[in-house]
Amino acid sequence: MFSLCDGEIDVCAVENAVRHSGAGAVLTFRGDTRQDFDGRQVVRLEYEAYPEMAIAQMAAIGEEVAQRWPGARLAMVHRVGLVPVGETSVVITVTAPHRDECYAASRFAIDTLKAQVPIWKKEVYADGSTWKENQEVSG
Amino acid sequence: MRIVVRYFARLRELRSCTQEEVEVHGATSVSSLYARLFPPGPGGALPVMYAVNQTYVAPAHTLSDGDEVAFIPPLGGG
Repeated sequence: MFSLCDGEIDVCAVENAVRHSGAGAVLTFRGDTRQDFDGRQVVRLEYEAYPEMAIAQMAAIGEEVAQRWPGARLAMVHRVGLVPVGETSVVITVTAPHRDECYAASRFAIDTLKAQVPIWKKEVYADGSTWKENQEVSG
Repeated sequence: MRIVVRYFARLRELRSCTQEEVEVHGATSVSSLYARLFPPGPGGALPVMYAVNQTYVAPAHTLSDGDEVAFIPPLGGG
């Protein structure tokens, strides 16, 4: 499952998409939107995607996970549109035979998403707005 | 050649549209099209990655008729 979603993400559906009888480890990462701590009050967040390319890039991350960690499967759903502070903007589930590859693949998946998947985040304040930039750089 | 250019995030706001068709003549690189559409201001150009037909390409990638181009400003997903 690689998709974009304009409402709340169904976490169980993401997990169930990749759970299987050979996977003893199931690891879900959730990214929640947060209040920024630079002294400005965030009124709302807006995520925008290049939809076709974002989904293709997510699927490519899934293929790379399967190659690097045999037996591992990845599902990834990212929210788009208006997201209130404190809600979940991304859900990533990895299943694998054992936990070691699960942790490694999950970290790889979120880092690569931030560097390569064409999604943007705008923070809107009472007195302006900013397009926030991830620090990860595409390899 | 006709190229479809799609705009996202701050480039969409700068351009005030989500996509447009542009005409290019002769061998044109994706980065030179960016420089043409977004001439660098006093602070320099916004750094972007380049996508052609929804795949990342090098700045020197040469455009073909009918290509879909996107300039990818700094990402914020996650």
